[in-house]
Amino acid sequence: MFRSHILVCGGTGCTSNNSIKIYEALVHRIYDEGLDKEVHVTQTGCFGLCALGPIMIVYPEGAFYSQVKVEDVDEIVNEHIIKGRIVTRLLYKETVDEGGNIKALNDTNFYKKQHRVALRNCGVINPEKIDEYIAYDGYEALGKVLTEMTPQQVIDEISRSGLRGRGGAGFPTGRKWQFAKNSPGEQKYVCCNADEGDPGAFMDRSILEGDPHAVIEAMAIAGYAIGANQGYVYVRAEYPIAVKRLSIAIEQAREYGLLGKNIFGTDFSFDLDIRLGAGAFVCGEETALMTSIEGHRGEPRPRPPFPAVKGLFGKPTILNNVETYANIPQIILKGADWFASMGTEKSRGTKVFALGGKIHNTGLVEIPMGTTMREIIYDIGGGCPNGKKFKAAQTGGPSGGCIPAHLIDTPIDYDNLIAIGSMMGSGGLIVMDEDNCMVDIAKFFLEFTVDESCGKCTPCRVGTKRLYEMLCKVTDGTATMEDLDKMEELCHYIKENSLCGLGQTAPNPVLSTLRYFRDEYEAHVRDKKCPAGVCKKLLRYEIVADKCKGCTLCARNCPVGAITGNVKEPHVIDPEKCIKCGVCMEKCRFGAIVKG
Amino acid sequence: MKSLEELRALRDKMKSQTDNRSVAGKDETVIKVGMATCGIAAGARPVLDALLDEADKRQLHNVSISQTGCIGLCRLEPIVEVFKDGQKYTYILMTPEKARKVIVDHVVNGNVCSEYLIGENS
Repeated sequence: MFRSHILVCGGTGCTSNNSIKIYEALVHRIYDEGLDKEVHVTQTGCFGLCALGPIMIVYPEGAFYSQVKVEDVDEIVNEHIIKGRIVTRLLYKETVDEGGNIKALNDTNFYKKQHRVALRNCGVINPEKIDEYIAYDGYEALGKVLTEMTPQQVIDEISRSGLRGRGGAGFPTGRKWQFAKNSPGEQKYVCCNADEGDPGAFMDRSILEGDPHAVIEAMAIAGYAIGANQGYVYVRAEYPIAVKRLSIAIEQAREYGLLGKNIFGTDFSFDLDIRLGAGAFVCGEETALMTSIEGHRGEPRPRPPFPAVKGLFGKPTILNNVETYANIPQIILKGADWFASMGTEKSRGTKVFALGGKIHNTGLVEIPMGTTMREIIYDIGGGCPNGKKFKAAQTGGPSGGCIPAHLIDTPIDYDNLIAIGSMMGSGGLIVMDEDNCMVDIAKFFLEFTVDESCGKCTPCRVGTKRLYEMLCKVTDGTATMEDLDKMEELCHYIKENSLCGLGQTAPNPVLSTLRYFRDEYEAHVRDKKCPAGVCKKLLRYEIVADKCKGCTLCARNCPVGAITGNVKEPHVIDPEKCIKCGVCMEKCRFGAIVKG
Repeated sequence: MKSLEELRALRDKMKSQTDNRSVAGKDETVIKVGMATCGIAAGARPVLDALLDEADKRQLHNVSISQTGCIGLCRLEPIVEVFKDGQKYTYILMTPEKARKVIVDHVVNGNVCSEYLIGENS
């Protein structure tokens, strides 16, 4: 037993801010002080509040230190660990009440509305130690399944829970498993989709980094349910920490006999291998992913046949997302009814979102389905920084769409998001404020899909490119009103005729911005103006003669010499030469330069 | 690992490694050892070690043992405070042996070790 536990976040966010060095310094100091028998220092997965990293929690006091630096380690050890005096200056200010007492973390705004199921072990256990996972009831669900339940009972339990695929499409997990179980065949496979490629999404990454054993355990349960003895985790090579921790976890599970032959002394055998993705977004599509595991170029193929009938190596296969798997052991242990009690009627349970963009608390949150966008953005996320006005939230990455400010009270679940022209997606949630141009956002996502289209089918390969060019015309101010209608027509054409999910959803960002922000498109086309002041070709910087004192500061800083004028006389910007870099506006001390 | 029993045995063993990794719940017994300079000088560390060791041996998971700062009665250190059933008990002039007895008699069996209590000795 330890009298105190120091948990240091080892997620990607905090690691990139030196948390490894902090961890090492702590271990050294604790050892030097001879406290290593009574104080336990551990590295954990993501706590979620990435904006305030590196994060450290000291228990049993529950002191939540944020933005810790390596230099702070001595003070924390000297004051808190040795003398029992909490270092208040480093505390996350939300956790301290008016009287200076520490509030429970779950009472802070960021955590209050969250409900952690898939993330339950992230920020609690050391992901590189199987023993810690076991201490928190790890592998108990696998044991229960193998010794007490039949494969059909497992599938029934999952079906009853109402769990739907967390990768974005929301297909009922139990039904998928049932299809694979019913497919005839000696050899079947279980695959895990960890090829998380949406810009701004890092849910799966954090789960693999913080609780890899949960995914392994769930895949073994799935293997038992459908009758498979081999699984593959397809994970992006761009996630080095996730790959490393997953490899360690698989190795440890094998050592303990929790993967391999005759697990728990039963007839069931199951093993797992990792396959690394080479960075193609399309490999997150299920058929392309399987083609890639087989060793071919990652391209999708038409469905049917569905993977449950004919998947990896032509055998019946199930493919689920990391977050879907992370829910499975909990459903087995706590029961389908417990899981179904959370969320809305058609979307049970919780969903993890990666909050990013113009928001205070960038990070990872898990909320029950049915929570409104307002609660996520204002209560949990803390709103837009610098008092800017919230304009829209983008969910579902390049496949999703925008949720405008007037729909902010929509309860989030699969069906509601589709009804308003977006989609759940894997869970990236990018917040935009008044400074974001919606045409520019649509262009950004389309540029991404043009780049990532595999090229196999024409509607996607050529269609997205043409659509992108039309968007460029809009942002350049050369488009006509007919172009907008043409764009919409092309969007529908691409959606209906593309081979796989990538093409079928690629026009969504354009369609949803056209639907909710058509006035912005029209402003670009008709008035040749970008209301948010983002599209450079439509921008004009001007000097207000009344305010200009003729200090020459702008002229001296202009990189292209576009500003002329005599000392103590108003200056002028030559629009032909101006490259709209905005330096003059930044430098002017009199607010004499305006853009529009 | 060949059976579910083995897994559960390992889990119970590991539970004590992760005890204290949360803020103490309302039904938990909280034990605090005064460990400012005065307490440490008077020998609080061996007392703390004894408490942890004894709780470990007996697989007590419903106990939170931690340190605190100066309690204010430096001449009576090492001081151990036990918060149990809504009551606070202050044990003074503790030694590792006395600490083990407090765990066994008071925390496990519910018999307060009144001979070490501050009230009995002042």
